[in-house]
Amino acid sequence: MKTVLVNIVTPDGPVYDSEVSMVIAKTTSGEIGVLAGHIPMVAPLAIGAVKLKKENGSTELIALSGGFIEVRPEKISILAPSAEIAESIDVKRAKEAVKRAEGRLQGKQDNIDFKRADLALKRALNRINVHEGNI
Amino acid sequence: MVNLREIKGRINSTKSTKQITKAMQMVSSSKLRRAEQNAKAYVPYMEKIQDVVGAIASGTKDSGHPMLTARPVKKTAYLVIGSDRGLAGAYNSSILRQVQRTIDERHKSKDEYVILAVGRVVRDYFVKRDHYVISDVVGLPDQPSFADIKEIARKAVGMFTDGTYDELYMYYNHFVSAIASEVTEKKLLPLTDLAPASSNASYEFEPSGEAILEVLLPQYAESLVYGALLDGKASEHASRMTAMKNATDNASDLISDLSLQYNRARQAAITQEITEIVGGAAALE
Repeated sequence: MKTVLVNIVTPDGPVYDSEVSMVIAKTTSGEIGVLAGHIPMVAPLAIGAVKLKKENGSTELIALSGGFIEVRPEKISILAPSAEIAESIDVKRAKEAVKRAEGRLQGKQDNIDFKRADLALKRALNRINVHEGNI
Repeated sequence: MVNLREIKGRINSTKSTKQITKAMQMVSSSKLRRAEQNAKAYVPYMEKIQDVVGAIASGTKDSGHPMLTARPVKKTAYLVIGSDRGLAGAYNSSILRQVQRTIDERHKSKDEYVILAVGRVVRDYFVKRDHYVISDVVGLPDQPSFADIKEIARKAVGMFTDGTYDELYMYYNHFVSAIASEVTEKKLLPLTDLAPASSNASYEFEPSGEAILEVLLPQYAESLVYGALLDGKASEHASRMTAMKNATDNASDLISDLSLQYNRARQAAITQEITEIVGGAAALE
């Protein structure tokens, strides 16, 4: 199977750079699967995981907090405010973040805080899910 | 006659000052290394996002996105990036001087502009002079992460979108080398001078070009602010390092001058004592 180069870049540096055979990402308008030789495309990403299928059949999961994906026939780039490979996720921190965000959501405050807490909760849950591999 | 003890005291106090400046210099130089690494790690992200934004913006002409269109300027905002602490040579003063000069040139009244301040020194300067500081960030860590500045970046972009001001300039010290930095002015918003894409790939947009710009442009503007901040941090550490190096060198000079004085005075005292003894002995004979 043909492979395509994927790199994932965040403001704090590159996170991932390798050849894969398929990329499955969650965009704001739904999940997409991208193979090598795809036409050039750009799509914004939702908070979620990107699945990278390797040539040997193994899969890698990376948690993303938004950003966008840029597809070119020979190269796929993902730019995100933050990205973490499943193994390197700090679950304890994520669980604490979930608690914090849930606490905030219950204590009803003004609108903006609510929105931010909701996003924080989504990011933290996403991290935990990715780490446990149930995507 | 110079007082021996007094000189000794000055030598000792200069020595301890020198120790401190020396330590600060070393701390800054290691921080500078880290800051340089951070700035370097950030380059691929910046280049990539610039590339994509350029490609999309030039692909969807006349998108009419508010962040891309210039509108009549009623109010200007200045985002000034400085440091929290002093002892960094001319780091803050050069940037503040530049901003002040620009403001004096461009504006007649204080209603025409607002300030967004990053760093305590910057905030205090403008607050003291009765400028309207609409937003400020202090206490940023030495190695800021993207999350640390997201708040102000988002606010800066948000206030432009909701019409609080009509253009946004950013001021920061661009890191040139360990001994040089230059004050840089950058027009952040509206994004009128987007570099055209280097690759002429025509993209498919999912769901649409406008929807992507909606997500991408704020992210782009935020990343520009973050880039400037990393750049500013690197030059902050560099200029602190240089300032502390100069202070250490000055202290060494001072110590050697004082030691010379001290030894002269000591010798003079001994000579005088001998003369007195000899004089005394001669008088007895």
